[in-house]
Amino acid sequence: MNSKNINDDIGESTRLKLWETMLKLRLTEKKAYDLFLQNLIKGTSHLALGQEAIGATFGVLLEKGDYTFCTYRGHNHTLARGSSIVGVLGELMGRQCGLMRGKGGSMHLTDVENGVMGSYAIIGAHIPIANGTALASQYNKTSEVTVCFFGDGTTNIGAFHEALNMAQVWKLPIVFVCENNLYMEYTAIGDVTAVEHPAADRASAYGMEKIIVDGNDADEMYRISKKAIDKAREGNGPSLIEAKTYRHSGHSRADPGKYRPDEEVKDWVENKDPIKIYRQRLKDFNINETKINSIEEDMIRQVEEATEMAKSSPIPDIKEIYTDVWADGGSEWHN
Amino acid sequence: MAQLTYRESVSLAIAQSMRKDQKVFFMGEDVGAAGGVFKATVGLLDEFGPERIKDCPISEQAILGAAMGAAMSGLRPIAEIMFSDFLAVCWDIIANQIAKTRYMSDGQINIPLVIRTANGGGSKFGAQHSQSLENWSMAIPGLKVVAPSSPRDVLGLMASSVQDPDPVIFYEHKSLYAMKEELDKTDIEIPLGQANIMHKGNDVLLIGLGLMAQRAKKAAEILKEKFNVDATVLDLRTLVPLDLQSIKREAKKCGQVITVEENPRLCGWGAEISSLIIEHCFKDLKGPIKRITTPHIPLPSADILEDNTIPSVDVIVDETLTKLKIKKEK
Repeated sequence: MNSKNINDDIGESTRLKLWETMLKLRLTEKKAYDLFLQNLIKGTSHLALGQEAIGATFGVLLEKGDYTFCTYRGHNHTLARGSSIVGVLGELMGRQCGLMRGKGGSMHLTDVENGVMGSYAIIGAHIPIANGTALASQYNKTSEVTVCFFGDGTTNIGAFHEALNMAQVWKLPIVFVCENNLYMEYTAIGDVTAVEHPAADRASAYGMEKIIVDGNDADEMYRISKKAIDKAREGNGPSLIEAKTYRHSGHSRADPGKYRPDEEVKDWVENKDPIKIYRQRLKDFNINETKINSIEEDMIRQVEEATEMAKSSPIPDIKEIYTDVWADGGSEWHN
Repeated sequence: MAQLTYRESVSLAIAQSMRKDQKVFFMGEDVGAAGGVFKATVGLLDEFGPERIKDCPISEQAILGAAMGAAMSGLRPIAEIMFSDFLAVCWDIIANQIAKTRYMSDGQINIPLVIRTANGGGSKFGAQHSQSLENWSMAIPGLKVVAPSSPRDVLGLMASSVQDPDPVIFYEHKSLYAMKEELDKTDIEIPLGQANIMHKGNDVLLIGLGLMAQRAKKAAEILKEKFNVDATVLDLRTLVPLDLQSIKREAKKCGQVITVEENPRLCGWGAEISSLIIEHCFKDLKGPIKRITTPHIPLPSADILEDNTIPSVDVIVDETLTKLKIKKEK
């Protein structure tokens, strides 16, 4: 139950930040989808429409210097950390203004300035890597926290288990966040997993608490995540959070998601959408509707402006093909 | 003057790097309290303590993942993979993540780390603990590939590898761990990308790496002593970056070239070197390039089988004589 007074442990200004951040993610990804249909974005893309509350929560909670790692479904988590909309859309469109000027694409969004240490497209690979930045914080005796996002499918790959064990053995300052959207890719996670809760039911194997949260309720996400981040920052080791959520679209651009029952999709989109839930939440707290709507209108404008900027940005110079293979900036492998 | 074994030079090289730079730490399986399964890291835990010498679980992906992440945040990890064969267990982290992240991030991310690993045959360990896998990493853009053939080279190349801003795979040869060398200095640096002339001559160029460089050198001594053949032996020391200038210069000088590789035939590094020599020195060649490799097989275990698989000094001598059309006297 949420308190009736908005000035509770979360408070009005944080809630408005959560609202604004969720809208940034939702509206940018919807725009990305439109740009696909216009053939302005090539390749593939994995949208996380419907999962915004999770990334947004951490975007609001984390401090400058904290590290995040995400998957190829990582537009949300990148935007949530403060990366620019034009940088993300520009990268998807293969423009010079993209975060990596077209060298990485949709599945590899990286923005070190904002703590986004990469998006990883091999399932599970980034979990051991995220341990590494946490290890560096511990080694340097500094207070950054590392957060690692992944999907339910990741819990069945070996790297996940290796990394959780090592994180607990070394008491690393890291939070593992499983976004359980019920489908690994095209297959229901329950059909291919030995336990009901793919992440949380494995936690005890690594001496961690079983934490399951409604990932579509930004307030609940905020409370649970804050505890885990504080624990890590205070030097009390890793946490594993399983956040229940649902992606509104298919696995990737190529997938219409027909394997999911219509009723199930309808229920999640109509009744459990994190944006709908939060709009109502803010109204219930008697936040002025004009304020709620003006934040949304402002974000629509920002996304439109960023889209136009990205469209007018030049394409990369073909010389970029040969840069940054090695640290001297080039690609020469012999003298 | 100090006499050092190859294995002692490994731990000394790590220690020297760690003394100079607090950002350097070392991690691996059984590396600390046990001092490594090849005893190449003895003494490090005592000197540096468990925060900088980290014993790890048998989790190669977790080890190299943590090393990569630590390097991304500015540390300079040295990670051990006990046998190079185990690189296959964590090849995703190496080939997809460590090697490509600088490029994909448009240079936002540096990954200065060293992966050192025991490589090569001679120990009769069979097909999964004896391979020579330098060519695997040579095929991946973004990696550097180092394979020292002597205690001195271990010291000098490790110092440069740790300071290098790029990820380095450092292949130590199991059969060289016991090799001794007199050194007047241990605090040395050998730049990556600088081949070493181990023996000088004008008749034939033998190009080797790791144990094969040492065997080629012994072969060159025999060729000189018994057959009056003057061979140059070029130890590449690093495959990436590659010292193409030295290869070209020596190939042009000798006109006859043999590569001596421990890896199986197909796609061994000698194929790439041969291709470069043909591209750059074709007019100077007096005959086709000869590649001595192991047959294209997994390595067998029994003495007689392994010994007849990995190129020996005798094989190098015989193949050189055949190539130069010199008859071996009985």
